[in-house]
Amino acid sequence: MADAAVGEADAILDRAADWAAAGRGVALATVVKTWGSSPRAVGSQLVVDDTGAFEGSVSGGCIEGAVVIEARRTIEDGAPRLLDFGVSDEEAWEVGLACGGSIEVFVEKLA
Amino acid sequence: MKAETLARLRAARSERRPVARVATLDGSVDAVVEDGEGPLPEPVLEVARAALKQNRSHDFEHEGGRWFVQVFNPPLRLIVVGAVHISQPLIGMASGLGYDVTLVDPRGAFATAQRFPDVEICDEWPDDALEALGVDGRTAVVTLTHDPKLDDPALHVALRSEAFYVGALGSRRTHAQRVERLVEAGFDEAAIGRIRAPIGLDLGGRAPAEIALAIAAQMTEALYR
Repeated sequence: MADAAVGEADAILDRAADWAAAGRGVALATVVKTWGSSPRAVGSQLVVDDTGAFEGSVSGGCIEGAVVIEARRTIEDGAPRLLDFGVSDEEAWEVGLACGGSIEVFVEKLA
Repeated sequence: MKAETLARLRAARSERRPVARVATLDGSVDAVVEDGEGPLPEPVLEVARAALKQNRSHDFEHEGGRWFVQVFNPPLRLIVVGAVHISQPLIGMASGLGYDVTLVDPRGAFATAQRFPDVEICDEWPDDALEALGVDGRTAVVTLTHDPKLDDPALHVALRSEAFYVGALGSRRTHAQRVERLVEAGFDEAAIGRIRAPIGLDLGGRAPAEIALAIAAQMTEALYR
């Protein structure tokens, strides 16, 4: 785990708790696997609320938009999701993983 | 993630207790491992214990299912002894790298909140300060005062601890004298050899911020290499 992410991990857990306490729907997205060059380490997290507000990052800005959309679905239906990004270099470019890496993100609702 | 899991993770982190979260990637299992124990099968607990030790979150397979262990070790900590010109940029860089920073300097005129607005300041004598803080394996200690009266007591505590980085500012000649004093104080070669001196990677810079960068870079190297 990148240790620079330690302080960030606290900020994300705190934000998740704050948003939940305020009665908002909350989902957490976590990088569970990476292949090749990937900007964020396994364990990096993003917290999303039911309006699409988010904090943290799972890719350094490349795929956050797509993750937020899926996270809002998870907040709605309660079902966890396992997302894959960046299979080929070309597809990686399309979803925004210009780095050419590939990552798997686990999305779950805070319940 | 269960609200209870979130609450336990946050409580552990606020008290500097290492903790791991273990979950299946279908959402059916969500557990916390603390002190090596948790409501999980023994092989899974072993994976979590190893992950904490290596400070590495990762996925794994168990009985045909996909699992994930996320490590929440205590934050890194930097103890800076000496409220000097290099301390200011070093504190900023270390904070950016995720360290909890404590500045130790018993000389009231040096460590003022005005000069160091964004850091916890401790004005006790350095050995007392380090003993009170409890130097563990996720702590770096850097002495910057140039004054043996202040640097040496801090080094005594640091060299008896599991600190992952111990650095002392000073020229080769200053360090040779320091080594003599440490030998007299009963420290052996292996212990004294842990001290990074002259401090920092050899980047060639002389400005305070450049020296701070060399120290921060060397701390990062010590952490991972």
